[in-house]
Amino acid sequence: MSKILIRGAKVLGGETRDVLIDGETIAEVGTDLEAGDATVVEAAGQILLPGLVDLHTHLREPGREDSETVLTGTRAAAVGGFTAVHAMANTFPVADTAGVVEQVYRLGKESGYCDVQPIGAVTVGLEGKKLAELGAMHDSAAGVKVFSDDGKCVDDAVIMRRALEYVKAFDGVVAQHAQEPRLTEGAQMNEGIVSAELGLGGWPAVAEESIIARDVLLAAHVGSRVHICHLSTAGSVEIVRWAKSKGWNVTAEVTPHHLLLTDDLVRTYNPVYKVNPPLRTEADVLALREALADGTIDCVATDHAPHPHEDKDCEWAAAAMGMVGLETALSVVQQTMVDTGLLDWAAVADRMSFRPAQIGRLDGHGRPVSAGEPANLTLVDPAYRGLVDPAGFASRSRNTPYQGRELPGRVTHTFLRGRATVVDGKLA
Amino acid sequence: MKRHLISAADLTRDDAVLILDTAEEMARVADRPIKKLPTLRGRTVVNLFFEDSTRTRISFEAAAKRLSADVINFSAKGSSVSKGESLKDTALTLEAMGADAVVIRHGASGAPYRLATSGWIDGAVVNAGDGTHEHPTQALLDAFTMRRRLVGADAGTGRGLDGRRITIVGDILHSRVARSNVLLLHTLGAQVTLVAPPTLVPIGVENWPCEVSYDLDAVLPKSDAVMMLRVQRERMNAAFFPTEREYSRRYGLDGDRMARMPEHAIVMHPGPMNRGMEITAEVADSDRCTAVEQVANGVSTRMAVLYLLLGGNESAVSPTNARTEENK
Repeated sequence: MSKILIRGAKVLGGETRDVLIDGETIAEVGTDLEAGDATVVEAAGQILLPGLVDLHTHLREPGREDSETVLTGTRAAAVGGFTAVHAMANTFPVADTAGVVEQVYRLGKESGYCDVQPIGAVTVGLEGKKLAELGAMHDSAAGVKVFSDDGKCVDDAVIMRRALEYVKAFDGVVAQHAQEPRLTEGAQMNEGIVSAELGLGGWPAVAEESIIARDVLLAAHVGSRVHICHLSTAGSVEIVRWAKSKGWNVTAEVTPHHLLLTDDLVRTYNPVYKVNPPLRTEADVLALREALADGTIDCVATDHAPHPHEDKDCEWAAAAMGMVGLETALSVVQQTMVDTGLLDWAAVADRMSFRPAQIGRLDGHGRPVSAGEPANLTLVDPAYRGLVDPAGFASRSRNTPYQGRELPGRVTHTFLRGRATVVDGKLA
Repeated sequence: MKRHLISAADLTRDDAVLILDTAEEMARVADRPIKKLPTLRGRTVVNLFFEDSTRTRISFEAAAKRLSADVINFSAKGSSVSKGESLKDTALTLEAMGADAVVIRHGASGAPYRLATSGWIDGAVVNAGDGTHEHPTQALLDAFTMRRRLVGADAGTGRGLDGRRITIVGDILHSRVARSNVLLLHTLGAQVTLVAPPTLVPIGVENWPCEVSYDLDAVLPKSDAVMMLRVQRERMNAAFFPTEREYSRRYGLDGDRMARMPEHAIVMHPGPMNRGMEITAEVADSDRCTAVEQVANGVSTRMAVLYLLLGGNESAVSPTNARTEENK
């Protein structure tokens, strides 16, 4: 493999450095490095980050290849600056056996655009009744460490307790989709002022918060670690903050869309804004930003959820829940967190690379930008401004809530173990 | 007026008064031996009903026919997606048939809004009830009934319902009738009070332009009109209230309660009534109850809506009617 010299980038937004990649690793970080026979990437004014890591991606394969495949999803990930994604288990068939997680793992290897770490289901068929073979999935070639019934809540307290306990044997983590099912029957949007006006079934904040409260207590009781998926309310932040203050092993993620969008958008009845958990209020958005800034929320995860056009081109109640997010995640984080002064780029590296890799116990990702480390890198032009045009997406699906919106920043290059997957904003 | 009627919030006070005044003219036509006007001759009105509602459909049908429009009834029962054809494809079909107006009843809140704003059709869209969202023509016919009874058929012309105290009782949470009425009655200057058990009041109601009470007896003496909403018996199974009997006892309107209302006050019901549940037979059959009158007024009001949305530029009834220049 050849050499690449990234010249004049601000490493983690700090000092301007040249970074020489040799083969799969970073050979040298310094100033005025000789290019020699290396391909030069001029990066003046750009930010060099460790390759981004997503803890929460729906790649849809196997089963819903009409919305996304491992190949198209990883291409979208690369465009978004990601070098590793965790593939959620709610496929058809469900990723609840070693066979399915190994299939997804193998498809990821073949894609070559970013590493795919499969997540295993907690319960058989995501039904919340019987533990899936968590150990077998861990021991498989896929080496599963993160388990989640995402899309459904592990609502049975005993099953949740057992799962939390069981995965301790191999340092696993249970990622909970916190949604009390009875409180969210028929739920269509955040319950509040807007739902009252629109006559749409309410998804109350308490349905999320009550499960998070229970699960942090369970995790403390059995001495395990729990991860909270897509935390969306100010109350959830308070509970996680309290649990962390107790020293309990609790981590949490927030999605880009919950950092930016509010339930006011539902007034358009446009299902592109339909997502689970739902868009919340301005007060929630501000609390989530603050929590991501102060570390109460550990990381950003996309919850990239592709859906075919017909599943969104309909009336609200009939529409599928979810938004694509891989290709816009970093821009939304720049707008909501960096441009507002809440996070610097070093902290963005922490929330979008270091921390998610640590939570997922993912080797080779979320590493410092220094000599000897794997060359998983993302180069960002923060001065770029552009309108989101889903027609240009690498994802097979177009269900973005940002169509026509101006967002800052653009990933110009992504390197996966020294190989450029994105060059000048285009797939290599 | 806007091109569509999706929400009562779409109507300014001038719009609403114009519709009520036009409905009054339409009602006079209903007293003629020949009830038909040539106004919408050659125009096509589609009644697109995804939910069963014979009452509302025939009311719109009668309204369109009295205006000489061609009426197509399109009944698409059940969920559009689960049954195969999407709302979009249905809309494209209607567009191809040249619908000038689509009157839509749908189980999903917001379906009429989607129909009107997604570029699927060009015609005017009239919301005939969407999920638990709105039912604006019901609110208009209710306001029309109130204005006739509380202000006067002739005296009311050009006027709203300023200062009138309207009480709406029952399942506010699931009621599209309540949502539209609160918005329209507020626009017309009335003071609205909602009365229901707290379980049947939506979270977020504090932003509505109305008062909320849990005590029917306290509100009745201060009401010029009391509107009783139908309470679905199946709500009981979802623990919204313990038993039908308890609901009737606390929130039903019987003769004793009606006696606490001011002498001029009326009792309204959008139908169909659950006799013995939210309203006793004694009240339902009394002179003060306007339920049957509301049905008749529904045709006049819907004639006015269709006329103003589709015909608008010409006089509805006779050359002497010069009120249409207000129709912007």
